[in-house]
Parts: sequence; structure tokens; C-alpha cells
Amino acid sequence: MAEIHLKQLAHSYHPHPSGVQDYALKEIDHVWEDGKAYALLGASGCGKSTLLNVISGLLHPSQGQVLFNGEDVTNLPTEKRHIAQVFQFPVVYDTMSVYDNLAFPLRNRGRDEATIRQRVGDIAEMLELTGELKKKARGLAADAKQKISLGRGLVRQNVAAILFDEPLTVIDPHLKWLLRMQLKSLHQRISNTMIYVTHDQTEALTFADQVVVMHDGYVVQIGTPQALFERPSHTFVGYFIGSPGMNLLPVQIEGTQARLGELKIELPGRYTIPAGRKTELGIRPEFVSLSRENRGHSLPVSIQHIEDIGRHRIVRAELAGHALNVIVPGDVAVSDDCRYLDFDRSRINIYADDWLQEART
Amino acid sequence: MNRTWNNKAWWMVLPVVLLVAFSAVIPLMTVVNYSVQDTFGNNQFFWAGLSWFEEIMNSQRFHDALLRQFLFSGLILAIEIPLGIFIAMNMPKKGWGVAVCLVLMSLPLLIPWNVVGTIWQIFGRVDIGLLGKFMALIGVDYNYTQNVIDAWITVVVMDVWHWTSLVALLCYAGLQSIPEAYYQAARIDGASRWAIFRFIQLPKMRGVLLIAVLLRFMDSFMIYTEPFVVTGGGPGNATTFLSIDLVKMAVGQFDLGPAAAFSLVYFLIILLLSWVFYTVMTHLDKQGG
Repeated sequence: MAEIHLKQLAHSYHPHPSGVQDYALKEIDHVWEDGKAYALLGASGCGKSTLLNVISGLLHPSQGQVLFNGEDVTNLPTEKRHIAQVFQFPVVYDTMSVYDNLAFPLRNRGRDEATIRQRVGDIAEMLELTGELKKKARGLAADAKQKISLGRGLVRQNVAAILFDEPLTVIDPHLKWLLRMQLKSLHQRISNTMIYVTHDQTEALTFADQVVVMHDGYVVQIGTPQALFERPSHTFVGYFIGSPGMNLLPVQIEGTQARLGELKIELPGRYTIPAGRKTELGIRPEFVSLSRENRGHSLPVSIQHIEDIGRHRIVRAELAGHALNVIVPGDVAVSDDCRYLDFDRSRINIYADDWLQEART
Repeated sequence: MNRTWNNKAWWMVLPVVLLVAFSAVIPLMTVVNYSVQDTFGNNQFFWAGLSWFEEIMNSQRFHDALLRQFLFSGLILAIEIPLGIFIAMNMPKKGWGVAVCLVLMSLPLLIPWNVVGTIWQIFGRVDIGLLGKFMALIGVDYNYTQNVIDAWITVVVMDVWHWTSLVALLCYAGLQSIPEAYYQAARIDGASRWAIFRFIQLPKMRGVLLIAVLLRFMDSFMIYTEPFVVTGGGPGNATTFLSIDLVKMAVGQFDLGPAAAFSLVYFLIILLLSWVFYTVMTHLDKQGG
């Protein structure tokens, strides 16, 4: 178990990076606290796997250091770092039984058979693989294979951290949540540092204490699922998290008001945005409400389309020429003749050049 | 249940039946025909029963050729398969080296058998050959036309030169298909180089190795042209393999009856051994999983 400190770390796949655009992973300085579960969330190709492979030692970073409990491991090879890693596609040793698969890392490290039997037995029980121990690993289903990959990591006692690289990609949907629950309860039992790479926000939000959102090689926000939802610090976090994502409207700020074309929107505080920066107002579809009557400061809107997805309805509307999504809870009536809309003022976020701005009250 | 039987579809098979008949079955039947008859000329044949088969099965000449053949094929497999795997594992995995390697490796495979034979026949000659001259220069008494061991070494090395590429290329294809994650997982598990070979690379190459072993066995068991060109089966009968012996018997001595019986026995041996190889290796495969 370990606290992992990434110190001014960056990585480029180019041998001689000429500028910031050559870096797959832009400079990051971050401490992954011991025993916490993190999710690394981002679209494909944003640098999450690069970051993971740097931590596990499969990649040597172009700059910076990786510290485990304060000890510099940047130049240590993978097998010396005590890292467990589960890959996107299950890796099992085809010719071996499940037992031999789990025993493999211990045998490679020269442990005696009695210790191995003990450890493998414990891990198999923890992962509910006891019944399969004698079977050939090759014949098993994808979810059991992923458990074996995980087990091969856990079987070593001194694992510093467990890294997951989109481990549920090839698992059937009905088994996904089951495996996710097992992972979560496993984390509660062994309280190891876990880093879980995914592009699926549901997976990230249900698994992790802290979600790290990456975009284009940058870490754009680190926070609890709730913080990501309520105060996205970057527009990417806003529209990547949530379904549908945050509405972003180009506005001009005038003190405590935002101007969207002819319309004026009251803001929760006073903002000062220097001239020439792209200014946007962000509001989640959950915090927009529709009505038939003007409720004082309501904005005129025209409804394009109502989509019923069961628990709630998603309304596609148009506000001053801009598309806008509204989520209407199941128990609230909505129809085409709703011609007014209100924003929950306290939930409005203002972004300048994609980054969240603080209001002065 | 009442089924309607319609056998008209069999007519569709007819072209294939005819083709196979003319290309394989009818020529084979003429051989079968010769193997049970005898003639004193004038195209007059009479029934000889299984006497040719008895003669072949009891002939020392056949036994010796068969033994030499097994020795040759055994040596070929024992050298070419491990060497091919070794080469494949050391070939570059990406970059410009891949293309260079692939082309260089394919070159021997593109050379016709008799040309390979001629190349080595001249290469090994003591009077003008590069190899022969060189051996004499460093004081090794090498002469494939007179020394049995030298003749064997020449023939085996020639085959290794000609065909190891095939094994290497097949194994290379097998190795290339292993996802990178396997090697990464193995590094995390602390696997040694040998363990990676034993538990990842070898199992993943099993399919192509089965093909490589089968191809190399069948080809080496039927080898004719190269040793015929290099040594002509000599010195003495030292490199007279089954097919060389067969041709001597059929075309040289014109003993059609014994030669036909010889052919059939030869054919059945190859068929049997290929079947055994295939069964054993697919069985291992199932056991492995």
C-alpha cells in the first residue's frame, strides 16, 4: 500500500518533443492518497492509459518523477514496483490452470509451495474463484478471466496499488455492475490504493472516491463525483459528465447579469471577465425548469422535441437561437406549449476560455 | 417424419469427382495395377498377387532407405523447428528491419529445388567450390562425394538453409499476433524470459508450429531433387532416400512391379505419419485448454 506522488510528470511518445502539442501527457503534479479509490476518466486518447503505464513502470516518463511513499521509483522496473495491473482484454496464461495462474507471480518470486497454497486459497475465496481453481484458465468466461488477472496482482502481499485499464470493456452488460460491486467491496476490505481508468462516467462515478478527469493530455479536474457534477472546473467536464451534459451558452457578462442576445440572465454573483476571452454560461439540464407562464424573470423558449426515457424526459429546446437541453422529472408535466424557462440561479457557472470563474459576492 | 429425398444435387459433385479421378485416383490405380501384376514384355501382364509387396517389405534395400529417410526427417525437424523459433523470436518487431528481414528470409524459399541442389553441389566442390576450397584451406578434410558424414552434413545443411525460413516466418506470424498486454502482464508478474517463452509465446505459436512440423515432415520425407543433384544418392547408397531409391527402381531398373508396391507402401507411411502427427498435436492442443 502506498501513496503515489507524481512530481512534475509529463510524457511524450516523440523522442524529441518540440512543444506542448507533442506531449501525450502534459505536466501533472498530483498525490494519489494511500488507500483511496480513484477513477481516471476521459475520452479515448486523452492520455489516461499513458498515465497508468507510467505509474506501473511500463513506460518511462519523459520528465518528472514517480514517488511511492516518498521513494523515487521512476527508474525501477515494473516487477520491482509491486504494482498490480488489470488490462482491457483479459490476460490469462492459457496452458495453466486457474490455480497455476494465481500462483505464477509467487512462483516467479521463488516463494515456497505452502505459502503459495495459502495465498492462492485466500485470494480465490476473496474473488469467488474457489470452485474454478482446478479448471484450465482458457475455457473460462471473460469476467472470470478478469478476476484471474486481478487475482494475480492481489496474490502478492505487498501490492502498492492496483491499476485497472478499462477492465470491464469486454464484460457482458449484466455482469458489469456485479463485477463493479465486487471491486468496490473488495476495495473496502483490502483498502488498497486503486486507480481505475475508464471512459464510462457511470463506472467512474460509482467506483471512485475521487474522479480525475483528463482531456487532451491535461488533468482538468480532480474531485468527488458530486463536485464534478455541481462545479465542473472545465467545460469538458461539464459536457462529458452528465447525460446529457451541461448546456453551454455564449454570453457577455455585465456585472451580475449575463446577456444572451437580447436576453438578460441574472447571475449568482458579480464576475469580471477581461475583454477578448470566450465567455460561456454553463447550466446543467437538471437545473432548468419549464413553465407555461412567465414567472417574473423567465426567458422565452421554444420546444423542439420531447424525449421520454423512462425516469425522466429530456426536452430539446431553443433559447435565443441556441440549442438547450432540459431534464424534466417524471412527476412534472411538460408539453409543447411551455414557452418560458428559468435557470436555478445558484447552479449557474461562468467559464472564460473553458475554465470556471469564481464570482465575487 | 416424411422426408423428400432429392438426389439431384449429386450431379453437382460430378465435376469435382471427375477432376479428382483424372488427377489422382486413376493414376494411383495404374500404380495399384502394376503392384499386383508382372510382365515379361510385349505389354502382356499376369497376376502376381501380393508377392511384390512381400518382396519390398522383406528387402534390405527398402529397410535401409526407410531408416535413412527417418534419420533425415528427424534431423531436419530437430534442427529447423528450434532454429526457426529462435530466429523468429530475434527478428525485429517494427521499423525498417522488418521488411529487410522478411525479404531476406523469403529468398531461399523462392529458389527452385534443382537450383538449390546445383548451388550447393558447386558450393561444396573441393576443386572450385567456395565451401570446399575454404574447408581445405583451414585444414578440414571435407569431400561430400567420398565421405559419408560430409555428404550427410551437406544435404542436411542445404535443407536447413532452404527451409528454416519457412518455419521462422510461420512462427514470426504467430508471435506478432500476441497482444502487447500479455508481455506487460508478464513483466508485472515478474516472469523470467524463459517463463514468457514457455507460458505465453509457445502456447500462442502452437497452431503455426503444428503446420510447420507437418509441412517440414512431409516435405523432408519426400525429398528427392536436392540430394539427387548434389550427391546422386551417394557415396554408395549413403544418401539414397526413399524417393531416390524409388526412382532408381522404377526408371533406372524398370522394375515396375516392385516400384509400384514400393510407391504404395511409401504413400501409406506418409499418410499414417501425418495422421499421427496431426492427431497427437491436436490432442495436445485440447489437453492444453
